[in-house]
Amino acid sequence: MILIYALIALGSLALIFGLILGFAGVRFKVDSNPIVDQVDEILPQTQCGQCGYPGCRPYAEAIANGDDVNKCPPGGDATVKKLADLMGVEATPLAGGEAQEPIKTVAYIREDECIGCTKCIQACPVDAILGATRQMHTVLIDECTGCDLCVEPCPVDCIDMLPLKTTTQNWKWNLESISVKQID
Amino acid sequence: MESLLEQIERGMLWQAPGGVHPPGHKALTESIAISQLPIPEKLIVPIKQHIGVHGKVLIESGQFVLKGQALTAPNQPWSVPVHAPTSGTIVAIQAMPSAHPSALEEISIILSPDGKDTWCDLFPISDYASLDYEEIIQKIQMAGICGMGGAGFPAYVKSQTDKKIEFLIVNGVECEPYITADDRLMQEHADEIIHGISVLNHLLKPEKILIAIENDKPLAIKSMQRASESFENILVKTIPTKYPSGGEKQLIQILTNKEVPTRKIPADIGILVQNVGTLFAIGEAIHKGKPLIERVITVTGKTLNKPKNVWALIGSEVKHLLDNCDFEPQAQQRVIMGGPMMGFTLPSVRIPVVKTTNCILAPNQIELPFNDNEQACIRCSACADACPASLLPQQLQWFAKAKEYDKLEDHNLFDCIECGACNYVCPSEIPLVQYYRVAKAQIKEQQEEQIKAQRAKERFEIRNQRLEREKEERLNRHKKIAKPKTADEQTKIAQAMAKVTTNQSDKSAVSAAIARAKAKKLQNQNSETLPDNTEVAIKRAQRKEKARLYREEKQKETLDSDNNQAPSSETDDKKSAVAAAVARAKAKKLAKQSESDTNKDSREVESTQAEDPRKAAVAAAVARAKAKKLAKQSESEKNEGSSQVELGTSDDKKDSKDNN
Repeated sequence: MILIYALIALGSLALIFGLILGFAGVRFKVDSNPIVDQVDEILPQTQCGQCGYPGCRPYAEAIANGDDVNKCPPGGDATVKKLADLMGVEATPLAGGEAQEPIKTVAYIREDECIGCTKCIQACPVDAILGATRQMHTVLIDECTGCDLCVEPCPVDCIDMLPLKTTTQNWKWNLESISVKQID
Repeated sequence: MESLLEQIERGMLWQAPGGVHPPGHKALTESIAISQLPIPEKLIVPIKQHIGVHGKVLIESGQFVLKGQALTAPNQPWSVPVHAPTSGTIVAIQAMPSAHPSALEEISIILSPDGKDTWCDLFPISDYASLDYEEIIQKIQMAGICGMGGAGFPAYVKSQTDKKIEFLIVNGVECEPYITADDRLMQEHADEIIHGISVLNHLLKPEKILIAIENDKPLAIKSMQRASESFENILVKTIPTKYPSGGEKQLIQILTNKEVPTRKIPADIGILVQNVGTLFAIGEAIHKGKPLIERVITVTGKTLNKPKNVWALIGSEVKHLLDNCDFEPQAQQRVIMGGPMMGFTLPSVRIPVVKTTNCILAPNQIELPFNDNEQACIRCSACADACPASLLPQQLQWFAKAKEYDKLEDHNLFDCIECGACNYVCPSEIPLVQYYRVAKAQIKEQQEEQIKAQRAKERFEIRNQRLEREKEERLNRHKKIAKPKTADEQTKIAQAMAKVTTNQSDKSAVSAAIARAKAKKLQNQNSETLPDNTEVAIKRAQRKEKARLYREEKQKETLDSDNNQAPSSETDDKKSAVAAAVARAKAKKLAKQSESDTNKDSREVESTQAEDPRKAAVAAAVARAKAKKLAKQSESEKNEGSSQVELGTSDDKKDSKDNN
């Protein structure tokens, strides 16, 4: 008899907890894989495709599915380190032996050479190039991610990737003290 | 338990943590009256001298400007104008080395003074109480006033707070060694400072105004007490000398025992702090209408034979100031803008002084030796004792060296006011503040990149959506165009062909041959596109039916209108007129239709197709036959023509015979 009571008690407990779990599963359902979002957050969003995937999010999905974390040259070693921390894997040096600290560049169009073919506009993943057919194009510097994708399609090679200008806003203190000049 | 206000009135003072007591060196300049400098040969006015954004440049190169004339106009929030420091001609507007530790170039207006120092029209306000709040704020903004204690925070933004201000603190502490600019200003221009204070008093209506002065400035204290005697809510507070008591947050703690929370501003706890120099400028702007074009600068150091405080025009080169104080440079001479604790070494003396410059220090090697022999940290924790913000400088230093930015933020790096107290006490001469500055810049850059990445992501996603949408639209358009092509165009082609055959049939054998070929083609097409043609033909039949109905209706209408004409009223007339017009238009349309119908027999051919696809096939055959017939006819016509010609000739012969 006791055995039956015990079975009933355990069974009803199991039923209650099962219902609670089932309800929680529906109520607190997470639509997308949160790890993908976290990885996507770390990636620099240049959308350059240097990792071999069409954009940052596809690469984030690939990482979540076990791809290497060292395929993002624009992010540099800092990104690799963060991704490795997040995914719990060993931080490996960047694939392709890129420079340690990537220099941030943005695209500049040599405007007098531009023929207005719109090919770069179609290539730009973030719509940072402004222009129209047979009109001069120009780059919105603030929106350019420096992904290089516009350089290749240009038929007259009038796009340069140049490092951002240092201003008093983005200048960083030099640890080496400023060289002393002879006062005139 | 007495209230905070009572405690303050009783003379209570509290203590800020940390702090150091560096040698003051103020005796060099504190007893010498502020002197006026001669107008320099060239003035370089950077268009941005404060925290915020620069205004829109109003003048052009070559233009003559008067003293006090606005050179830029604020065009967005957080922007304040700059003014011409003297009358003269604008030489150029170009990038010039700026008063920044990097000396990076910034857009500046270069002015060549004419030496006459002619003022533009000023609009002083004697009765500011009659102005409303917004007008006074705008006046302060248009005078180009920003915080003159060093940070350069726009004064109008600070005064515009919508929070209730309990205490207005007037910062006359001036705790940094060497600097006596505020001290001298308080001694000589106490009344003007009180003017500025009363303007802010009117704006903010604080419960109490506290003027804080360190106890090493007895003359300034006396002068301010005398000037503020008649104001009962102004209290001059003497505070002990300690560096950095003049820091905003430290001063608030000393005077009111309140702490400004991390990432909050003093206004959040009901306190506003203004420097005496800023208040002097506000007073001048309201009472005399003068914009901020000059300020008191302490020019000091042991390499100067005549160190003193000077009224320097904004935009004067540092060299001009030094030359007027009898500067004797040494080997490896350093010139520091700001004080010895928080200032920065200038890479050149060809740099203009700006609104935030309070001191030019030209020390010799003995009084301020180079500290370039950094040693390892011995973990003495002297820096932690000295830190006025209760941070852990030593810990921060390790994290900064290891570039652990997350941990730096966790340890409240951004509460560091970069006062340099930790540098000063460090026995290993570690330039701690330099490490923090680099780390702060890095963290700010990372945050900006994060924001930029977010925006790039958004733009990328929006672009992808747009491309998808465009693709879909293109597909839909293709479908729409593809449908009518089959029906309409085919019929049109058929019509054209038929026309050609009828019109050209009687021309020649060649054209007949062409017509034949075309007829063949037409036949093929007809047989191919039979269902489409029938569709059109059905439509046409329907149109004809409609037309018939219309005609009947019209007839009825005309009859009706004839009947109704007897009780004719205006409205009926109008109605009938409209109806008549409509009927006329319809009749015209019908006539046209019928005309075209009769003209083009090919249409009729098609209309016969309407009944049945089989019939259509028959019709096609008929058309084929017709075409053949036509061809034959044309041939026979040709023969006839030639026989006629023969006949004609015979007739001619006849005629000639007759004539003969």
